[in-house]
Amino acid sequence: MDRDDTKARIDTLIEPFNKKGVGIGEDTTFAGDLEWDSLTVMDFVAAIEDEFDIIISMNQQAEIETYGQLIDAVTKLRGA
Amino acid sequence: MSESAATPDRPQPMADAGHNSQDLFSKFDPLIKQRKDLLDSGLEDPFGLVMERVLSPVTAVCNGRETILLGTYNYMGMTFDPEVIEAGKNALDDFGSGTTGSRVLNGTYVGHKEVEKALCEFYAMDHAMVFSTGYQANLGIISTIAGKGDYIVLDIDSHASIWDGCALGNAEVVPFKHNDLDAMEKRLRRIPEGAGKLVVLEGVYSMLGDIAPLKEMIAVAKKYDAMVLVDEAHSMGFIGPNGRGVAEEQGVLDDVDFVIGTFSKSVGTVGGFCVSNHPKFEIMRLVCRPYVFTASLPPSVVATAATSIRKLMDAGDKRTHLWENSKRLHAGLKGLGFQLGTDEPQSAIIAVIMPDLERGAAMWEALLKEGLYVNLARPPATPANMTLLRCSLCAEHSEEQVGQILTMFEAAGKAVEII
Repeated sequence: MDRDDTKARIDTLIEPFNKKGVGIGEDTTFAGDLEWDSLTVMDFVAAIEDEFDIIISMNQQAEIETYGQLIDAVTKLRGA
Repeated sequence: MSESAATPDRPQPMADAGHNSQDLFSKFDPLIKQRKDLLDSGLEDPFGLVMERVLSPVTAVCNGRETILLGTYNYMGMTFDPEVIEAGKNALDDFGSGTTGSRVLNGTYVGHKEVEKALCEFYAMDHAMVFSTGYQANLGIISTIAGKGDYIVLDIDSHASIWDGCALGNAEVVPFKHNDLDAMEKRLRRIPEGAGKLVVLEGVYSMLGDIAPLKEMIAVAKKYDAMVLVDEAHSMGFIGPNGRGVAEEQGVLDDVDFVIGTFSKSVGTVGGFCVSNHPKFEIMRLVCRPYVFTASLPPSVVATAATSIRKLMDAGDKRTHLWENSKRLHAGLKGLGFQLGTDEPQSAIIAVIMPDLERGAAMWEALLKEGLYVNLARPPATPANMTLLRCSLCAEHSEEQVGQILTMFEAAGKAVEII
C-alpha cells in the first residue's frame, strides 16, 4: 500500500489527539513529545485500526516509538 | 485478588532515568517525590494503614482507632465464621503449618483435593485447579493457554493479574474499550484466520463496581470461535442464583470455558482457582509454571476455604442482606449528593467519585478520623484517571452500621466541601 496515502490519513486522524498542538514529524515520539497516557494511546490506536480495518496488537505497539515508525507499520499491515 | 491503589493495573512505560544514573532506583524518584509531598502535607499515609486488632469481619482497630471496615472485599464475612475457624485449627493440628512443596511434588494433601472437590460442586463443573493466590491463577492460566501466534482479546480495564498473565505469555495482546461490545467484535473480526483466540472478561470490574454484559459479549466471542475466560473474583458467593457469579446471573455460565476466582474475597482466606469443563483441563497441572513452581497453600488455608465454600452454597439469607446493604448505601450516598461510579448498585462495590486527588485524599483521611476505612484509588490506577473512594460492603454490616457509614460520609463530605 502507498505510504503517502497512509501518512495523509493518519495526519488527519491524529489531529484531535494532539491536544498540545505539537508539531508532528517523522521523529516525533508518542511517549516523549506527545506525552500520551495509555488511555489516549488506546483511543488513537482504535481510531487507526477502524480507519484501515487492521489490528495492531500491544506487542506490535511496543515496537512503535515514533510517528514515522507508526506510518511504516500501518503501511505494512495494510499490505499484509 | 487484591487491588493496589497506587499502581496502575495496565503496564505503564517507565520514566527515563537519565543516562548518568548508576542507581537502578533512580527510575522511582518521581513516585518517591509524589509520595513525600503527600505525606509532608500532614496526611495519614493512605497506603500504610495498620490493623492493630481485628474485632470482626467489619470492625478493627486501625492506627489506634476503632474503625468500621468498608474496603476489605470480605463480602460474605466468612473470616470469623466459627466452623471455618474450627476447620483451620484442626488442619493446623493434624497436618502442620505448611506443605513446603509444590502441588506436583510433595504439596498435595487431602485438603487440597477436598477444596478442589468443593469448587467442582460449587460451580457444578468437572475440573478445579487451586493456585496459591488469585493473582497466580490468572497469571498461570492466561500465560499457559494462549501461546505464540494466539490472540488474547481483553477489556482495557482488566485487573493487573490479567495484564501480567498476558505479559508472561507469548500471545498477541489486543485490548478493547471497557465493556464496549462493538469494539470487542471489531477486534475479533480482524484477527487472522486460523489463529487461536482467548477473550478475557471480568464479571464485576472492581474500580467502579460495574458488571459486564457477559451474555452479549460471550455470544460474540463464540461467533468468532474464541475461548472465553471470565474472572469472577468480585461476584463469587452472592451474584447469581447459586453465587457462581455474573455469568450465572446472566444465564451464560455454560458458555464460559474458564472461570477464575479467588479465596481472598467472599471465601475469606487466600488462594486462587480456575474451574472448567474442558476435557483436557487436567494437563494444566503439569504445564502451568505458576502452579508448578510455587509451594502449595498451607493445610489450614485449604481447610478454611473448603469449609467456607460449602457454607457459601447455602448462604441465601446473607446474599439477600448484602444486596440490601449495597442498595441502602448506594441510595444513601446518592441522596447526600455524592457522584457514584454506577447509576444503580450492580455489585457490592460502590465507588464514590472525588473531584480531584487533593480533596479525595482529604476526604479519605476525614473518613478515617470519623472511624471508617474505605479504599482510596487514584490516578493512574483508575479508569479515566479518576480519584475514587471505593466502598465494598459485607453481609455482616448491620443496617445500623450502614446508617452510621452514611452519617460519617455526610460529615466528612461537608468538612471537605464536596457536598
